[in-house]
Amino acid sequence: MDNFLPGSASLVDCVDKKLLVILRDSRKLIGWLRSYDQFANLVLQDTVERTYVGDSYGEVYRGIFVIRGENVVLLGEIDKEKEAAAIGMLRQLPVEEIKELHKREMDIKRQTDKARSRVLQERGFSVDGQEQNDQY
Amino acid sequence: MLFYSFFKTLVGKQVTVELKNDLEIRGTLVSVDQFLNIKLDDVHVVDEQKYPHMMSVKNCFVRGSVVRYVSLPAQHVDTALLQDAARREAQAGR
Repeated sequence: MDNFLPGSASLVDCVDKKLLVILRDSRKLIGWLRSYDQFANLVLQDTVERTYVGDSYGEVYRGIFVIRGENVVLLGEIDKEKEAAAIGMLRQLPVEEIKELHKREMDIKRQTDKARSRVLQERGFSVDGQEQNDQY
Repeated sequence: MLFYSFFKTLVGKQVTVELKNDLEIRGTLVSVDQFLNIKLDDVHVVDEQKYPHMMSVKNCFVRGSVVRYVSLPAQHVDTALLQDAARREAQAGR
């Protein structure tokens, strides 16, 4: 990842920056990137796990994370002004409430996905078993 | 290596990356690596309302393993060259 050719993707410019990390289980972690490697394994400091439901969100402080690269979907550099504007449009709820709302949303999603795969299977389409594990 | 080289010719162009979770991100291709990880600048998510977490993000790094499609402007792709390179690669592989 870190060759010194121009145009090569590298995470070196993301180090010591505040990042949003989206994981394959759909979790959103916001923290300061301290380290990475060729597998996109990451070390995130002062991490906060943020859950979004509708126009609200909730946060849980998590501390330091070492994330295995295979679970990473996307790293986004948090832009301070855009973040302030985004937060302004949402309301923050206590963690328990957000967790409850999120759980309900996920249950509905799971039911619709189940119904969809049943319909597809009836019509002869195969449903990819591997991708069932990814919820992002 | 072929597609790595191909994407390197598209650095600086506007592309739309569609991930396996249906998230579509339009942005300027900054860089690509051997794993086809992609860095985009000035990103704009296609269905913004559905993905509120992306509102605070201007640049991002997308892991190659989660990409489904990369949409490109047709005028920047030399299909003849690409076909040629693919043929050479296939022959080299044999």
